[in-house]
Amino acid sequence: MDNEEMTNNSQFSTLNSQLQRSEPLKYSESDLRTEEMIINVGPQHPATHGVLRLEVVTDGEVIVDVVPHLGYLHRCFEKHAESLSYNQVIPYTDRMDYVAAMNNEWAFVMGVEKMLGIDKEIPKRIEYIRVLVSELNRIASHFVALGTYGLDIGAFTPFLWMMRDREHIIRMLEWASGARLLYNYIWVGGLFYDLPVGFEEQAKEFVTYLKPKLQEVETILVSNKIFVERTANVGVLDRALAINCGVTGPILRGSGLRFDLRKVDGYSVYPELEFEVPIGEGAKGRTGDCWDRTWVRYQECWQSIRIVEQCVSKLLGEHRRTREFDPRAIVPRKIRPKAQDLYCRAENPKGELGFFFRADGRSDQPFRCKARGPSFSNLAVLPEISKGCLMGDLFAIVGSLDFVMGEVDR
Amino acid sequence: MKFEEVKNLIHKHYPTAILSEDLSSTPYALEIDHDLILQVCLLLHENEQTYFDSLSCLTGIDNAPEVNTMEVVYHLYSIPYDLHIALKVTMEREKPEVESVASIWKTADWHEREAYDLLGIIFRGHSDLRRILLPADWEGHPLRKDYVEQELYHDIKVKY
Repeated sequence: MDNEEMTNNSQFSTLNSQLQRSEPLKYSESDLRTEEMIINVGPQHPATHGVLRLEVVTDGEVIVDVVPHLGYLHRCFEKHAESLSYNQVIPYTDRMDYVAAMNNEWAFVMGVEKMLGIDKEIPKRIEYIRVLVSELNRIASHFVALGTYGLDIGAFTPFLWMMRDREHIIRMLEWASGARLLYNYIWVGGLFYDLPVGFEEQAKEFVTYLKPKLQEVETILVSNKIFVERTANVGVLDRALAINCGVTGPILRGSGLRFDLRKVDGYSVYPELEFEVPIGEGAKGRTGDCWDRTWVRYQECWQSIRIVEQCVSKLLGEHRRTREFDPRAIVPRKIRPKAQDLYCRAENPKGELGFFFRADGRSDQPFRCKARGPSFSNLAVLPEISKGCLMGDLFAIVGSLDFVMGEVDR
Repeated sequence: MKFEEVKNLIHKHYPTAILSEDLSSTPYALEIDHDLILQVCLLLHENEQTYFDSLSCLTGIDNAPEVNTMEVVYHLYSIPYDLHIALKVTMEREKPEVESVASIWKTADWHEREAYDLLGIIFRGHSDLRRILLPADWEGHPLRKDYVEQELYHDIKVKY
């Protein structure tokens, strides 16, 4: 268009200035050797689990380098947090890792409670409810991870089955909080509401239902021959490299390190609960391959079921519902922490979710709030482990990293 | 190893490195001379008694034009010793430059790019300091306290 003017009836015409690349490629033609080429993957590719764009340099079928381009889902979490009071930030944390929103808001709330110094005063019943809903959400998150991973590499049925079972969890959480995915249920100093009457019994019944279904997942997906062939010995992540890259969660455990913040930091009531930390041992290939990461996620579902069972028995026994119990009893009216810096971390389904706060002591809003999302660091390892792989294995690796772009871009 | 011992260790090797300590922060923090941050990090990473093998978080902070400083906070964690420490570096706001630690921890690579993107802090020696979250042709650094968003971006109105 020569005249730099747009009219309403030409809604599909563009100005030249709009055709500039806003996110240029890192590699250019002159960087490449003769036989190399650049393949652009995404940002709308279904196997990238959101809006991730990968600039892949290949030599025939072999990957030379992968450059992730992020930011398509950037929603200025940190900028928003600086202009909202602490309790108003909680819904924004839900939208980071939107398949495990309970765990996100819990990590945030834990940090604020530590700043206020009320983290030791939270009633046991509230802590057990928090663990219960978070572990249910962890199962839901791992089900999305396993189901879509199967879908990425060609197994369609497990996806449908796992989405079906995840829906039960989501309906239960909707029953408790009123929202399907973005809950705003855990508040600073308490909860939105107590659990609805009958929730504990329903959770018990659900766990009984889920166990045989989870067994089926092993048969149909995790130990399926085709699945094993596609994932074993693919994308091997060395333990030292994993630690150096800041990788956490099931991926780090898949590389053979028994490191779980629920055990290491022992926050909340986790020290009172019995569960194990599964690690990858290279049962089908080498330690730290894609299969090991899947195996760890699968085993964690069983451990979460154990935790849910223990929570339910506590919530029906020792810390049962009473008429006097008020989940908002110690919710502070005004959240104004003393001037301090605080870094608080928690074990999310994806890994270590950390929040760094700086409070200036004068306002109700954080002076600076940085979210260290596990997916962000976990995705950064992709170029390291996919070099030298085949193009077909790239999505086996991408799927096994199980990131959520909402948290990468924030 | 306790916080005091880590402090003494740094002091032994680099007597001028520690500018102050902050015991109100969680974990305890040390303010490090911004010219020595790479050496101190390398020391804490390599030393057998500390062995800070992971960088949990790297945060850039703008302390507003009135204070006229910018900060980078490093949260270090040692997996074998279960040890936390925070290191702080303060820079002048006109020239926010600090040595990159991406050569020690690969985690720092993307976190430094993020700090550069959102706050405009330059990490010297970083191999690939491009914007990461915002488009490459975005103007300004949004987490600066005096940031004003641009009017138009590719002829799209920014403010709604």
